[in-house]
Amino acid sequence: MAMSAAATDGTGPATMFEKIWRRHVVVDRPDGYTLLYVDRHLLHDGSYNAFKRLEAAGMKVRRPDRAFATPDHYMPTNTRDKSAIVDPNHRRMVVGLAANAAATGVTIFDIGDSRQGIVHVVGPEQGITLPGITLVCGDSHTSTHGALGCLAFGVGSSEVTHVLATQSLWQRKPKAMRVTIDGALGFGITGKDVILAIIARIGAGGGTGHVLEYDGSGIRQLSIEGRLTLCNMSIEGGGRAGMIAPDDTTYEYIAGRPYAPKGEAWDRAMAFWRTLPSDDGATFDREVTLSGPEIAPMVTWGTSPEDAAPVTDSIPDPALAADAARRDGQARALAYMGLEPGTPISEIPVDRVFIGSCTNSRIEDLRMAAQVAKGRKAQIPSWIVPGSGLIKEQAEAEGLDQIFKDAGFEWRDAGCSMCVGMNGEIGKPGERIASTSNRNFVGRQGKGVRTHLVSPAMAAAAAVTGHFTDVRHMLKA
Amino acid sequence: MSGSETTKLIPFDRLTATAVAIDRPNVDTDQIIPARYLALPREEQVSHLFHDLRYRDDGAPREGFPLNEPTAAGAQILIAERNFACGSSREHAVTVLVDNGFRVFIAPSFGDIFNNNCFQNGALPIRLPEERIREMLDHLARRPDARITVDLDAQTVTGPDNWTQSFEIDSFRKQCLLTGSDDISLTLRHEPDIAAYERRAEAHADWL
Ligand code: SF4
Repeated sequence: MAMSAAATDGTGPATMFEKIWRRHVVVDRPDGYTLLYVDRHLLHDGSYNAFKRLEAAGMKVRRPDRAFATPDHYMPTNTRDKSAIVDPNHRRMVVGLAANAAATGVTIFDIGDSRQGIVHVVGPEQGITLPGITLVCGDSHTSTHGALGCLAFGVGSSEVTHVLATQSLWQRKPKAMRVTIDGALGFGITGKDVILAIIARIGAGGGTGHVLEYDGSGIRQLSIEGRLTLCNMSIEGGGRAGMIAPDDTTYEYIAGRPYAPKGEAWDRAMAFWRTLPSDDGATFDREVTLSGPEIAPMVTWGTSPEDAAPVTDSIPDPALAADAARRDGQARALAYMGLEPGTPISEIPVDRVFIGSCTNSRIEDLRMAAQVAKGRKAQIPSWIVPGSGLIKEQAEAEGLDQIFKDAGFEWRDAGCSMCVGMNGEIGKPGERIASTSNRNFVGRQGKGVRTHLVSPAMAAAAAVTGHFTDVRHMLKA
Repeated sequence: MSGSETTKLIPFDRLTATAVAIDRPNVDTDQIIPARYLALPREEQVSHLFHDLRYRDDGAPREGFPLNEPTAAGAQILIAERNFACGSSREHAVTVLVDNGFRVFIAPSFGDIFNNNCFQNGALPIRLPEERIREMLDHLARRPDARITVDLDAQTVTGPDNWTQSFEIDSFRKQCLLTGSDDISLTLRHEPDIAAYERRAEAHADWL
């Protein structure tokens, strides 16, 4: 379906994506490429090479006031002492970020500052992420930030250098796709279950070339934490970005955050933000609708986030796959995962639990996990890795850390940790991990490790029972 | 990594070469280069292309993995199934492929960020219809030494059976590849436009 003239010529009803895009055009080339202005730029310890290239080319950071950095990938989460980083290459990344920030005037929330954390947790938490802006970061999960009603997407390292030097990017305008969750979500269903259900439906490449806007009553009822989780995994459905129109839930979340506007500036910002939601009658290049009440707690069983099923289901039989390519793919995934077709998901034993990552390490995630852990005992090694130092402090103020410790969970410091294991925190070959992160790729959490993606409540339920469990029964109890 | 990357890329026009087939969908960038090698200097990453698919735990090459076949030597084209190089934004996925001699990637679809990263490194991602890819993969399974020609100017791929299929590419990206020019030098010419934009935008959104 082609985009209607009304959506592109600037007069008719427009999507939120279209409105934000139009506002940030620096130059439109006749060949369809746009130089797009970047309002806010986030950097992390993997940005080392981008700074190095900038320096090698003798260029300066154009707008250090628009860039914010925090180390997350390479820092161990059992210490806040940088000198304890064993691998010299890893230490270079973490120490290098601070040196680059100091040399260029970029704001940094460094190790030891409680504002430090996973870059996609820190942005919204600090009020750096705001409605209506463009935001980029050299990380694919930058799609997270769209939960507040902005256009946020991941870029490669060369593009990070480009943004540092020019505060802009050459982009071809993506298409727009609307994913509607129609009807209220059932009891115990989280943003994680919703996004896994969406990806299972559209496929891991289903959103390629599109910006996904999530809408419908099932989305509106989600907290900002839930929306951040949802938008975080847009990239796992192939989406260039994910976004949700700002509403009162959004404004309440943003108000008072350090880098959010205050006083009269807040009023001016609000007047603008209220114009952002897609207009009635705006057309999308694609539309997908899922029924909210039908979404169940989800568990992935394969090696792509599209391999997701309700916890009440069984492992699929590759012989029943639609075509030969899918059959081979499923068979290969099940061989890696060590699973047999027909096994009920709730009977799969789990060896380890990881609750953390930019998908699910926010306070609400920890509260839900604690609700399940309270008064029970972890049967397997289980880690809780808060998304930022501030979340850790808040959780401790609420006594969540004590609940976890009493239940035998390990309470750690903020960082990416076992989501990708770049800091060395990985599982053992063959280990089966219930993880609240976003990627179940082969070897993602360590060579030979079998990752199952779940919500924090489902992960906590797996921790205390030793296998996948429909957490709805435990939440009711 | 040297500063040369910000000056000039090697221009790309036409290529006739053998190809390696990675015959599976959703090959993510974690497979192309696992996370544990990302902190290494670029020259040390080169030997870790597809590391965990390519080598056994004891370090011996895994039999049957296409890159381990003798016919893979000198290949400059990589052919894959749908959604190739999805996942992590790591640009190392492109550079490690380029450093192993690959300049062209052919698949029904690509991860968006990988697609952009290709152009930053003088590499060409080509989308072809699924049926064409299937034909090529089947042909390569029989004749792994078959040569494929990619002509950027004409926007065609000529397959091992001598069929020719045209492909789409943005004229902007095409020009950049043909001339080997990189984005930053182009953008710096628009500095006055950026400055003008900033004055307009800051008058409107003074809270940023
Ligand atoms: S938590 Fe995981 S997905 Fe998120 S930024 Fe860190 S490594 Fe990437």
